[in-house]
Amino acid sequence: MFKKILIANRGEIACRVIKTARLMGIKTVAVFSDADREAMHVEMADEAVHIGPAAAAQSYLVIDKIVEAATRTGAEAVHPGYGFLSEREAFPVALAKAGIVFIGPNPKAIAAMGDKIESKKAANAAKVSTVPGYLGEIADIAQAAKIADEIGYPVMIKASAGGGGKGMRIAYSRAEVADGYTSSRSEAKASFGDDRVFIEKFIVNPRHIEIQVLGDKHGNVIHLGERECSIQRRNQKVIEEAPSPLLDEKTRAAMGAQAVALAKAVGYDSAGTVEFVAGQDRSFFFLEMNTRLQVEHPVTELITGIDLVEQMIRVAAGEPLRIKQADVKLKGWAVESRIYAEDPYRNFLPSIGRLVKYRPPREGVANGITVRNDTGVGEGGEISLFYDPMIAKLVTHAGTRLAAIDAQAEALDAFCIEGIQHNIPFLTSLMQHPRWRMGKISTGFIKEEFPDGFQPRPAVGAELELLAGVAASIDHLNNNRRRDITGQMGGPNVRFAARRVVHLAGRALAMDVAGHIGHPTYVTLLDAKGTLGRSLEIVSAWWPGEPVWTGTINGQPAAIQVRNVLNGFDLAYRGIQARAHVFTEREAALAALMPAKVAADMSKFLLCPMPGLVKAIHVKAGQDVKAGDNLAVVEAMKMENILRAERDGRVSSVKAKEGDSLAVDAVILEFA
Amino acid sequence: MRLCQQIDTFGSGHTMKDIIAELERRRDIARLGGGQPRIDAQHGKGKLTARERIDLLMDENSFEEFDMFVEHRSTDFGMEKTKVPGDGVVTGWGTINGRTVYVFAKDFTVFGGSLSEAHARKITKIQDMALQNRCPIIGLFDAGGARIQEGVAALGGYGEVFLRNTLTSGVVPQISVIMGPCAGGDVYSPAMTDFIFMVRDTSYMFVTGPDVVKTVTNETVTAEELGGAKVHTTRSSIADRAYENDLEALLQMRRLMDFLPLNNKSGVPVLPTRDPADRVELSLDTLIPDNPNKPYDIKELILKVVDEADFFEIQDQFAKNIVTGFARIEGRTIGIVANQPMILAGVLDSDASRKAARFVRFCDCFEIPIVTFVDVPGFLPGTAQEYGGLIKHGAKLLFAYAEATVPKVTLITRKAYGGAYDVMSSKHIRGDVNYAWPSAEIAVMGAKGAAEILYRSELADPEKLEKRIADYKERFANPFIAAERGYIDEVILPRNTRRRLARALNMLRGKEVTNPWKKHDNIPL
Repeated sequence: MFKKILIANRGEIACRVIKTARLMGIKTVAVFSDADREAMHVEMADEAVHIGPAAAAQSYLVIDKIVEAATRTGAEAVHPGYGFLSEREAFPVALAKAGIVFIGPNPKAIAAMGDKIESKKAANAAKVSTVPGYLGEIADIAQAAKIADEIGYPVMIKASAGGGGKGMRIAYSRAEVADGYTSSRSEAKASFGDDRVFIEKFIVNPRHIEIQVLGDKHGNVIHLGERECSIQRRNQKVIEEAPSPLLDEKTRAAMGAQAVALAKAVGYDSAGTVEFVAGQDRSFFFLEMNTRLQVEHPVTELITGIDLVEQMIRVAAGEPLRIKQADVKLKGWAVESRIYAEDPYRNFLPSIGRLVKYRPPREGVANGITVRNDTGVGEGGEISLFYDPMIAKLVTHAGTRLAAIDAQAEALDAFCIEGIQHNIPFLTSLMQHPRWRMGKISTGFIKEEFPDGFQPRPAVGAELELLAGVAASIDHLNNNRRRDITGQMGGPNVRFAARRVVHLAGRALAMDVAGHIGHPTYVTLLDAKGTLGRSLEIVSAWWPGEPVWTGTINGQPAAIQVRNVLNGFDLAYRGIQARAHVFTEREAALAALMPAKVAADMSKFLLCPMPGLVKAIHVKAGQDVKAGDNLAVVEAMKMENILRAERDGRVSSVKAKEGDSLAVDAVILEFA
Repeated sequence: MRLCQQIDTFGSGHTMKDIIAELERRRDIARLGGGQPRIDAQHGKGKLTARERIDLLMDENSFEEFDMFVEHRSTDFGMEKTKVPGDGVVTGWGTINGRTVYVFAKDFTVFGGSLSEAHARKITKIQDMALQNRCPIIGLFDAGGARIQEGVAALGGYGEVFLRNTLTSGVVPQISVIMGPCAGGDVYSPAMTDFIFMVRDTSYMFVTGPDVVKTVTNETVTAEELGGAKVHTTRSSIADRAYENDLEALLQMRRLMDFLPLNNKSGVPVLPTRDPADRVELSLDTLIPDNPNKPYDIKELILKVVDEADFFEIQDQFAKNIVTGFARIEGRTIGIVANQPMILAGVLDSDASRKAARFVRFCDCFEIPIVTFVDVPGFLPGTAQEYGGLIKHGAKLLFAYAEATVPKVTLITRKAYGGAYDVMSSKHIRGDVNYAWPSAEIAVMGAKGAAEILYRSELADPEKLEKRIADYKERFANPFIAAERGYIDEVILPRNTRRRLARALNMLRGKEVTNPWKKHDNIPL
C-alpha cells in the first residue's frame, strides 16, 4: 500500500479523499492556489504544496506543477478527485513517466470513454443498449431527414463534440429536422470548432440514472447499484438519491450487467460511472461513462457501506477487488443535496463572500438515520469566484425513501450559513414537494415545477401553528429570563400575561403560553371562536443567540432558523420564511392601529459618502438591484468601500465611471 | 360593601360606594383625555395616545398615574372655560421588567399637549422623584410647544423642567422619545437628556418651524425635511435612533432599559445568561483580511464576542465609521466603541469623535465598563475637517476617554496609527487592559507614508523605496514593538477574544480610581 498520496484537487472532494487516506494510515499532500492558502483541505493534509495563482488554469489544471509537487513530496500516487485533471488522459500518462501511480482508470479507458461518438461505438460493441440513432457523419439535410424518419420522432440533433446543451436541437417532425440540423451544425461550429452532429431518439420526460462500477487491474468489475440524479437545474445536478425510485430489481440487474460489460470492454480498472437516460417506462439507454469519482458518490457509499475512495486507492495499488458482486447489498435509501453559494431568490445568481457563520448539522448515526456532510469550507472561510460554487454535500440515509427525505429536510433546516446567499431555502422547500416525495420526477422537474423561479413556501395549517407555537415559546423564554434581571423593585416578581398573540405570515394567532426555563413550554392555541383548542408541548434547550432552534413539538423533532429583528424574529423552516412578532393582547390591539407604511421611495441617487476614487461600478443602467447588492466601490483613505443598495430598485443611469475622483455627495448613479 | 355603607364620613349623605363611583367616573373622564374624537384623530395620524404609549412601555398593570386630576389655572383668553383633567401630560411611575422607571407622556389630545404652568409642575414633580429616588426617567414627546395663552408662566415652566434635566444629568438615565411634533421650548428638555429616539414619519423636532423659517430666511422646507427622524439620525445626530412606529419604538425602549443602570451608583443590571464566557470563535482568526486595504465588518466581531449576539446600537445611522452601543458579557452591561473599517476605513473625523465621546461619557457617568475595538488609520485629513474644528472634536473623544474612571478594556485588531492610536483608549490615557491581536500594527502611520517621509531622497527610485517600505513594515507592522514597551499588555488569539474580555472585565470589577477634586472639568465643548 502507498505510504503517501497527493490529492490534485481542492474543496470538499480533497477533504473527502484525505479522510479516507487517514483512515488507511496513508499520509496526504494537498496542493493549493493563492486563493486557498487557508482552505480546509490545506489544514487537513499532512503536507501542502503551493501551485500558483488563484485561476485554476494556472494552478490546479497545470499537470507539470502537480507532478512536480508529487515528486518533491515523495507522494507515490495521486488522487485527482473530480473535475480539474480527473478525466485528462495526459495526466496519468505524465504521472506514469514520473513513476507516480494515478488513482483512477488507465489512460486508455479514459480516452475510450472521453469522446461521445467513440464511447457510443464501444457501448454498441459491448451490447449496451444505446439510444436509437445514427452515429456516422451526416452529409446533408436529406440524409438527416431520412435517418430521423427511421428512428421515429421526436429526435434530437446533437453536436458530436458537444456538451452542456450547446448545439442541441429537438425535432418533433420531419419539417423540424431541416431547421434543427442547420442550426445545430452552425452552433456546434461556433462553440466547439467542430460541426459534426449526430441524430438520436429523444426521450420524453427522461430520468437520469447512473450505475456505479468498480474495477481492478485483474479484470474484475462489479457494480454498486444505481443513483438517480434527475433533479437538475440547467443540467447541473441539485439532488441525487440511491437507489432510484423508478427501478425494479430486474431493470437494476440489467443496467448493472450492461455497465459492467462496458467497463470490462474498455479494460476499466477503477471507480467509474455509467450514465443512462431512462424513460418513465424503465427503458434505458447508455449516455456516457464518467471515468472518475462522481460528486454524488456518497449516496452509493451510504446504501452499500463501501468506501469508494478506499477501493480506488486499493485497486490503484494493485490489490484485487475483495468485494464480489454477490456481496453488494443495497440497504435503505440515501438522499444528497448539493449546497451551492447562489441566491435562490435571484435566479440562482452566484454569491461570494465571507462565511460569517457556517454551522452544518451534526453528523453521525442516530435512530437509524445517518447524516453526513462532505464539505471543504469552515466558518470564517471565503467563497471566491474562482471555483465551483458548491459549498457542501449534505447526505442523509434512512430505512426508507421518505424517511431519508424527511431526515434531509430536517438536516437542511438545521444548516446555518450566513454571509453569503445559499440555496438551502430552495432545497428544504423541494424536500416538501409532493411530486419529489412520490418519486415522479424527470430531468425537467425543476423547470416544470418552478417555472418562475423559487418562491418561499407559504406558512399555513399545521406548519403555521408550529411556527407560531415555537415563536411564542421563544418569547416566553425571553420573558421568563427577564424576571431574573437584577435591580428589580421589591415585592412580587413581574407577572407576564399567559395570553399571547403571534403575528406571523399575515395572521394573528392567539394562544396561552405556560412553562418554566428548563422545562417544556405548553402552548394552547385559541380557535376561531376564542376557545382554547389544540395544545403543543414544546421541548427545547435552545438559548437566545443560537441561530438554529432545535427541539420537539409534540414529540416531533424540528429545526428552525432564528434571526433576531427588532421586537421579533425571522424564522425559516422547510422553505417557509416568516417574520414573527409575539405580542400581549394589549400590544396586538395597539399594533393594529399602527399605519401600514408604503416602502419609502428609494432616495433616487447613490451619493459618494466620502471624497474618494471610484474603483469599480458593478451595475449598468437598466439593471435591477436588490437590497444589499454591491453597486460600486470607492477607494478612500487607501481603503476600498463597498457601496450597497439600500433596497430593491432599478438603476436608471450611471453618472460616475471608474477612475473618477469624487467629492462627498457626488452622484454616482441614479435609480428609476 | 356593607362596611362602606356604614361609614359615611363625609356626612353629606354620600356613601363610600358613591364616592368610589365618583372616583371611577372622574378617572374615566381623565383617561379619555381630549375626548374620543381627538383620540380617533390621533390614531388617524398613526399615533397612539399618551396612555396607550405608557401601556406599551411599562410592565402590565405596573403604571401608577400621578396628578390625574390636575388642571390649569389660567383665566386668560377664556381658558377658565376649557379645563381638562391631566392638562395635557400623563405622569407617574411603573416598572420595566420589574425595575422602577418614572415617565411623563405628552397628551396631544389635550390642548395639543402644550405646556402650561400646571403641566410643567406635573413633569417637575416626576423629575424630582426620579432624582431623589435614583431611578431613570423617560419622556414621551408629542406636543405643540408652550401654551400661548399662559405666556410667561409657560416659559417659567420650561425653565423649571430644564433645570431639573441638568441637575439629573449623570445621576439617573434620562431618555426622550419623540413621537409627534416637538418644537420650540419643547426641544431643549430632550436635548439635555441622555438619549433621544424618534418615530419615522410622525415625529419631528426643530427650534423654529417651517413657517418661521420661511418668514426669516425665505427657505421653503417641510417639517420632515427640517426636523424629521431621517435628518436627526443621519445629519444632525440629535436623535440616537429612529423607529418605524410607536409600538416598535416603545418595545425597543423596554429592551434598552434592560441594559441601563438605574442610577450612577447602582452598577449595571445583570441578565443571567447561558452563553459560555469561554466560548471560542474560531472564525475570528480569519476576520482580518490578508490584504491590509480590504475592509471587514467590525460588527461581526462585536456580535461574536458579546452575550447572545445582542447589541443595542446607538447612533447607527450617523458617523458610521465608528460603532457605539450596549451589549453584555457574562450578563453584565458593557459599552462598546469600535472603529468600523467598512466605512471610511474606520477613520476618526469630527462626527465620529463627537459621537463616540458622548457615548464614552454616558458610560463613565453610569459605571458601564467600556470595551474599545481599535482599527483606525488616523484622523481624516482635509479642509472640510480642519475648518469644521476637527482638533476640538477629536479632543472631545480624547478627553472623554482620558477622564473616564470606569473599567476600560481595549483591543487593537489591526491598525492603530498616529494620534488616533492614543485617542482610542490607549494605555497612556489609563486603558486598564490593552490587548492586541497578532495582526495589530501600532505605528505613527502606514509603512508607505512613513518610508516616503523618512527616505524622501529616494522617492525617485521606486525599487529602493519599495525596500524601505518593506523594512518599515517588517519593523513596525506588528504588535510587538508596542508590546515590548508595555503599551500592549498581551497579544491574544482572535478566537479567544470573548474569554479574554470576560476575564479582564471580571478582574476590573473592583476598580477604584478618583480624579483630582474639581468643580467640574472643562471638556473642549
